[in-house]
Amino acid sequence: MSSVLYDTPGPRAKRRNVVYTIGFLAVLGLAAWWMLSAMADKNQLAVEKWSPFVTDSRVWTTYLLPGLTETLKAAVLSILIALPLGALLGIGRLSDHRWVRVPVGTVVEFFRAIPVLLLMMFASGIYREYTTISSDFRPLYAVVTGLVLYNASVIAEVVRAGVLSLPRGQGDAAEALGMRKGQTMMYVLLPQAVTVMLPALVSQLVVIVKDTALGGAMLGFTELLSQNRQITANYGANTIATFTVIALIFIVINALLTHLAGRLERRLRQGKKSAAVNIPAQPGATEVKSDAISGA
Amino acid sequence: MKLRRTPAAAAAAVVLALTATACGGGSDSGSNGDKINVGIKFDQPGLGLKTPDGKYAGFDVDVARYVAKELGYAEDKINFKQAPSAERENLIKNGDVKFVVASYSINDKRKKEVDFAGPYFLAHQDLLVRADDSSITKVEDLNSKKLCSVTGSTSAQNVKDKLAPKADLQQLGGYSECLTGLENKAVDALTTDDSILAGYASQKEHAGKFKLAGLRMSDEKYGIGVKKGDDDLRGKINKALEKMVSDGTWEKLVKQHFGPSGYKYEPAPKVEN
Amino acid sequence: MFDFLDSGQYDLLGAFWVTAKLALYSAIGSLIWGTALVGMRVSPVPAMRAFGTAYVNLVRNTPLTVVLVACSFGLNQTLGITLGGGSFEDIGFRLAVLGLSAYTGTFVCEALRSGINTVPPGQAEAARALGLNFTQVLTLVVFPQAFRAVVTPLANVLIALTKNTTVASAISAAEAAVLMKEMVENEADALFAVFAVFAFGFILLTLPTGLLLGWAAKRLAVKR
Repeated sequence: MSSVLYDTPGPRAKRRNVVYTIGFLAVLGLAAWWMLSAMADKNQLAVEKWSPFVTDSRVWTTYLLPGLTETLKAAVLSILIALPLGALLGIGRLSDHRWVRVPVGTVVEFFRAIPVLLLMMFASGIYREYTTISSDFRPLYAVVTGLVLYNASVIAEVVRAGVLSLPRGQGDAAEALGMRKGQTMMYVLLPQAVTVMLPALVSQLVVIVKDTALGGAMLGFTELLSQNRQITANYGANTIATFTVIALIFIVINALLTHLAGRLERRLRQGKKSAAVNIPAQPGATEVKSDAISGA
Repeated sequence: MKLRRTPAAAAAAVVLALTATACGGGSDSGSNGDKINVGIKFDQPGLGLKTPDGKYAGFDVDVARYVAKELGYAEDKINFKQAPSAERENLIKNGDVKFVVASYSINDKRKKEVDFAGPYFLAHQDLLVRADDSSITKVEDLNSKKLCSVTGSTSAQNVKDKLAPKADLQQLGGYSECLTGLENKAVDALTTDDSILAGYASQKEHAGKFKLAGLRMSDEKYGIGVKKGDDDLRGKINKALEKMVSDGTWEKLVKQHFGPSGYKYEPAPKVEN
Repeated sequence: MFDFLDSGQYDLLGAFWVTAKLALYSAIGSLIWGTALVGMRVSPVPAMRAFGTAYVNLVRNTPLTVVLVACSFGLNQTLGITLGGGSFEDIGFRLAVLGLSAYTGTFVCEALRSGINTVPPGQAEAARALGLNFTQVLTLVVFPQAFRAVVTPLANVLIALTKNTTVASAISAAEAAVLMKEMVENEADALFAVFAVFAFGFILLTLPTGLLLGWAAKRLAVKR
């Protein structure tokens, strides 16, 4: 344990740290105890509210797993459509032609400025009024549309930053070889930028998985979070238990994704000279680069 | 120089394939082949509920089964679809379902968009309170109370507009959420149709915890929604409903689903043609 | 096409006012909470470090919808916390501020932590050589430089927060998204106009923030 922020603790500092630790743990413990006892008072810790998740496998097979499938389906579809679209938009924004650069830039900024929930509600309204998409798929379509529009513009920025982060010499060298602009982008710049962008893209996946829950709360998309209605209707309004379990599932999936992003980044940093770009396009995309000073 | 074109091409192909399959999904006829699509609620105990074994149970569900049988569809030919309150008109208009049996009260606004067979049940807006709470005896008592209902429901609108404009009304996404609040004394009453409340009150997990206040604050005639202008189907459903009452099935079903709560249900309403 | 605006049926300004207030209060809350969190994450006390890390990793990976609903159910309905609010609308708003601060605080914390990493180690070493203790090193030397380095990421966090206020509709805080949902259902024939109005409203809220903080980032950047 060493950090540039504080001296290596001596005997007195060590004693003080022990006191702080005990005090801090006591405060945490008190808060936890107060919460649990209040919940127990209100009968929220009763065994029958929590036991279905352990003893009754049907909770999982009938509600949670199908919901999780929908969540992942929406997330995977969104990223797969948003990736090429975002790449196109990002390249468009780097174009030498003003008439390409400006409109593409406007589109990207527009969709980045609007809450993804509003995009989903708008898409849902459009599909309901102007198409005959069956109600089984409409919420999925609306959610995916909203997520694609938003995330494509975020990815566009990631791509742009990735390409701009490459050494100028790469583009110049390609030009010197006589490659056309399109070739330079396809064969020289993008392949290198993709590896640099990968961690930011995986982090964006976490954002997408989390945002699918919006469709469940507001649009009747039958994803993981929305399953709480049916579970609580069957097991005696055990809302707290249900929400806890659902939150844990989300946390596990996203923690895995975040972990993957971290590993990718470390691997890339070892393999390449250029570090991964850090594009804080939105909370979730920020990954800390080095532990130079925080030390922990 | 090795040109890295393959990964991009492969990714594009995958995306195309996925979008193509995603688009190919929807079928938009109320009855595909020899099956019939029926819209019900999935999250209302007593009326329409998806149970843990993936089956469906409730009064509305059994009414739907009876009607479907009269229309010539055996039980295994019925395909139940979820019909959330806000989606019912769309499901019918788009032809996603043949008919909707989902605590669907008949009113003029809805009649502009769909036609109703029935009514097959008469419910009233009522209150669910804690079993030991006897402070609410008339509608005026509500003005000093904390109420809970579901966002955008007619019951919530009724409370705000005429029943108790001064009451503190919390609107949540679902009835279970309100029930948690009621159990924990964060709210004093949950208000919606008494048929829905009875379903919750008679669940075994809630035995003895809640009771209905018995205030009949509105009349809600439940009908079966069908496509506007489909008088042939409406007539057939009406006949089925009449037969259901006359052969005693109606009485049996009501007793089976609402009996345990001590809910004083109204006699079967007369079908309006 | 835009005649629904004159009908007086919808309180558009009122809804956006709630959105703006939500964003402002949560921004203040999340800045304070995020700073406290990053303080814990770099502190010499292992228990605080562990708590900070665990909190950030848990909350950051939870959908905001779940965080807000947990505030509504867990804190209000079960534990009976009202945060001093009288009516449910009031309580909903306060809980939304709490939930948004708790969630956004984790992103503020991560942004600040990367800001701390941009401060050359020599700065902290020099401060320690002068005899400053941990709190002094952090508040007098490191944080002032770190904050100036992360104005742009923080601006992005704040813009995302402004957009995230729409999620508060899940616990019925009467902000813009609630109104838009109602209008999408009632004014189906003016769908595009409705969307245009709300999109414009949010651009009006987020664009100045971005421009102002972008300008501030350039002014404040530490020249090295």
